[in-house]
Amino acid sequence: MTETMILIPGRTSEQGTALNKGKLKAEYQHETSMLDINTEDMERLGLQEGDRVRLSNETGEITVTCRGRKPEDLPHGVLFIPYGPPSSQLMAGETAGSGMPLSKHMEVKIEKVDV
Amino acid sequence: MSENIRTVKNATCTFCGCLCDDMELTVDLDEHRITKAKNACVLGRAWYAEHVIEDRPAAMIDGKEVDFDEAVEEAAQVLVNAKFPIIYGLSDTTSEAQREAVAIADYIHGTIDTTTSVCHGPTGMAFQGVGESTMSLGEVKNRADMVIFWGGNPAVSHPRLFTRYAVTTKGMFIPNGKKDRTIVLVDVRKTASDPVANIQIKVKPGKDFELLWALRALVKGKSIDPSIEKITGVSLATLEDLVDRMKKCNYGVIFFGMGLTMTRGRHFNSGALMALGTDLNEFTHFVVKPARGHGNVTGADNVVSWQTGYPFGVNFNLGYPRFNPGEFTTADTLSNRDADAAMFIASDPASNFPKPAIEHMKRIPVISLDPKQTITSLLAHVAFTTATYGINTTGTVYRMDDVPITLRKAYDSPFPSDEEILTAIKKRVRELMLSKYGTSGVRREAKVASLTPL
Repeated sequence: MTETMILIPGRTSEQGTALNKGKLKAEYQHETSMLDINTEDMERLGLQEGDRVRLSNETGEITVTCRGRKPEDLPHGVLFIPYGPPSSQLMAGETAGSGMPLSKHMEVKIEKVDV
Repeated sequence: MSENIRTVKNATCTFCGCLCDDMELTVDLDEHRITKAKNACVLGRAWYAEHVIEDRPAAMIDGKEVDFDEAVEEAAQVLVNAKFPIIYGLSDTTSEAQREAVAIADYIHGTIDTTTSVCHGPTGMAFQGVGESTMSLGEVKNRADMVIFWGGNPAVSHPRLFTRYAVTTKGMFIPNGKKDRTIVLVDVRKTASDPVANIQIKVKPGKDFELLWALRALVKGKSIDPSIEKITGVSLATLEDLVDRMKKCNYGVIFFGMGLTMTRGRHFNSGALMALGTDLNEFTHFVVKPARGHGNVTGADNVVSWQTGYPFGVNFNLGYPRFNPGEFTTADTLSNRDADAAMFIASDPASNFPKPAIEHMKRIPVISLDPKQTITSLLAHVAFTTATYGINTTGTVYRMDDVPITLRKAYDSPFPSDEEILTAIKKRVRELMLSKYGTSGVRREAKVASLTPL
């Protein structure tokens, strides 16, 4: 079952401290692969905390790990991920003449990955 | 820990644009590390603790250790022989190094761009269009009784923006700190910054422009239809209350971030917010400030502006500076495959750029300058390991409010600084360009770029 949602890559405290340790180290790679998702959306998609999901769009696809967030904290249909190499794979090069790629609010398809 | 300890007072943390210059560093000179950073936030503590002398060659070509001079020669050759060389990055280095980078771009008739183009570049573009009612952070600390954060999460990106400059800190005319202030937070989701806000406004993703424009109309006394709630997710009553408070405050400030610049509308979003700030000056004193993420990205804006006339995305192919976001900005010169060589300084675009841009970085010769090993430095043809600015080097940096600060060094590094490397590359590039084009050629001959054949 796949659904289309909006992905917001952004900062977290863990991402900010982990990048100082080194972007090639496990801590940074782990944090930038964690996906915040509304718990009601998770239920509807048959997802449990810690499940792997595939996010894909025209640009690319990544596999990340679910972290549930309360619906009053994260709206339905909105996903958040600490930005880094995984989220960059979903970023298109088109900047609409501004120099700035669309780095937040990318439309992505989300589906559970069967392990 | 050894006995050979040194204390550095009033050092400046260069992790984010707050550039807190009240750091008290305890330095172990034998172990070459900072063991304590008093006054640093969680990001600053990580910055100081993790930037140590790493066991890595100072200079490499294709991953193999070489002499410094050999790496400089190879870098210079790559830049001079390219048809469309680009230089990018520069947000985590000193302004002295930034000047050298601009000089190199000038000599090679190349393109210079900074991380601004994928951060507050849209704000810079809006600034050219509508201007900025601006201030220093000291003014905010001492005067601001209304502080709005729009499209950003300072609790995780600029922790001391709250505690040292804008929320809890006491000021000359704000004797009770947070109690004397109204804090407003505008975002699409709940973040770690929410607890400090008196008023939390949740806007629908991609509707900031509509919200800002409605606020502008209300400030100017126009009426807004209640259907604004359906469009933006925010009720008319909330907007009217906010406008009333903004007009009645003594000194208001809006800090804004990537929620505006990185989403649909980009410079229109920034421009709408900046125009709102200006509009409010008919009623009270109101200022706006983009919250800058890296230690010296503001310095990059300053240096590139005063040296070329433009803040970022500057091309010298015709022998004079031209500015065109979307054409000369790095996301475009890479994604569109225009660049046939690149020098990345103090930045890691191979981690954070769009996928097509990252793919192109793998096709062209890349020169990388970084204190740490990154995805960019690993794919580089020529890689320099650098000393860390503000820890191993002095130099000038600019805070997010354009205040220049001089860095204090904690301990020496065996690695060269960005400034030293770029000065050496600049000298060699100049020699090569003169021998290739003569004294008249360097300035007057037009070097027209051609697209790299696919």
